[in-house]
Amino acid sequence: MADEEAPLLIAESLSKWYGRQLGCRNVSFGLYEGEVIAVVGESGSGKSTLMRLLCAELAPSDGKVLYRMRDGVTRDLALLSEAERRFLVRTDWGFVHQDATLGLRMAVSAGANVGDRLMASGWRHYGRIRGTAIDWLDRVEIDRGRIDESPQTYSGGMRQRLQIARSLVSQPRLVLMDEPTGGLDVSVQARLLDLVRGLVADLKLSVVIVTHDLAVARLLSHRIMVMKDGQVIESGLTDQVLDDPREPYTQLLVSSILPP
Amino acid sequence: MNAPAYNFAYLDEQTKRMIRRAILKAVAIPGYQVPFASREMPMPYGWGTGGVQVTAAILGPSDVLKVIDQGADDTTNAVSIRKFFVRTAGVRTTTSTQQATVIQTRHRIPEAPLSSHQILVFQVPIPEPLRFLEPRETETRRMHALADYGIMHVKLYEDIARHGHIATTYAYPVEVAGRYIMDPSPTPKFDNPKMNDCPALQLFGAGREKRIYAIPPYTQVISLDFEDHPFERYRPDGTCALCGATDSFLDEVIADDRGGRIFVCSDTDYCEKRRNDPAPITEGGRG
Repeated sequence: MADEEAPLLIAESLSKWYGRQLGCRNVSFGLYEGEVIAVVGESGSGKSTLMRLLCAELAPSDGKVLYRMRDGVTRDLALLSEAERRFLVRTDWGFVHQDATLGLRMAVSAGANVGDRLMASGWRHYGRIRGTAIDWLDRVEIDRGRIDESPQTYSGGMRQRLQIARSLVSQPRLVLMDEPTGGLDVSVQARLLDLVRGLVADLKLSVVIVTHDLAVARLLSHRIMVMKDGQVIESGLTDQVLDDPREPYTQLLVSSILPP
Repeated sequence: MNAPAYNFAYLDEQTKRMIRRAILKAVAIPGYQVPFASREMPMPYGWGTGGVQVTAAILGPSDVLKVIDQGADDTTNAVSIRKFFVRTAGVRTTTSTQQATVIQTRHRIPEAPLSSHQILVFQVPIPEPLRFLEPRETETRRMHALADYGIMHVKLYEDIARHGHIATTYAYPVEVAGRYIMDPSPTPKFDNPKMNDCPALQLFGAGREKRIYAIPPYTQVISLDFEDHPFERYRPDGTCALCGATDSFLDEVIADDRGGRIFVCSDTDYCEKRRNDPAPITEGGRG
């Protein structure tokens, strides 16, 4: 079907103004199935605004976000009812926040965190919910013996992996990640990136990943968008952009990486 | 000066109309919490100000009122609310479930079956079943509007993961008429099945939280559960030391100074009737 070749997610000239303050301006791109796009730029460049526009948490001042639903019809997110949008967000989409406490229910056990989406979409069999939760803990390399512990007792890296399990359990097609490795030490980062890369390839996920870490972008993404002052100043294949940056700002970013 | 000190049943007529409008809306949308302009009552919050306002709004001169607290007719709360309505409305009161037309209750549903001519009024401390899972009122309202109830099962999941079974024993959440999730007030889950398909109208009043909700007669009320951990009615494993009942909900009481314990029926009227006449109890009402 021609459908398969249509992008999963389309941003059409998205702009957001906070009063007179610019959030981001005229951002357009299409994300295809199985593709990973990295959004890089320094803080204040509009990355987070863009992310919140994409998941319809913020209403754009101009432009729109289109998404190809599971039935193959591409629809404008702003025109979905809130019930449809919530359903979409908890079944077909996943989120990995930099701050795990935003993405997890810290007051309930890890198992309940993973089972949350299943129960929200109508699973009513405790044994099966728990079985699926154990499977996912295994997949993200969390000791299954800790399934009944609260994520409060988990380390930073484990929390991130739990967030990933919690998001992916509903078999989403699109995952939005905001600095998933921020604040973790390098060895933990490396293992997490390895895990994410494996899952993305296995599950053919489409991912938008926001990061200020060019190494993360290089490792995970196929394409890259460089943002500055709310606008996309350069985009293209990740290797091409990082190896041969055209814009002075991108050149600056690339040259700021400490040599290994 | 011969004007009475109080209007009939304490509240003024405008307030009663406001409460009745809320009750009508609540009956029309089973399980939905209707906001209402709760008044100051001459008793502290937590003593049944919501229930008292609902009772005051529906009470007529020919009604016969029964008030129970934890099933008992003779506890402080029950006695003072009964006296309150005797004084302000002059209605007849009773301790008999069969003879009552309006029963105000705290934490129990009577053991004797109710009839279609009776109204059960619950005193509710916290009407929002999602409250302890989601503290924001704006968010819980949206969740109700969208029937976004997955989080309720997260709570039950936690129970099973921690205790091996659903350990919630009171205020056990129910789904009303296939739509709204409702808190049955802190009644023991033993009473949950009595709410289902009940011939009597069930009204719930929360004074401090300013909410009224209802279960109309003969409405389907289902206790939430999992397929492999179905809802189970819980009853203390014992026999009433006074009437020998093995099917009623029991209170455990300390009977002497050496820590000796006995079980007695929590429903005092049920227990008394059984002691006087062991024949099975049938339903009553204003017929």
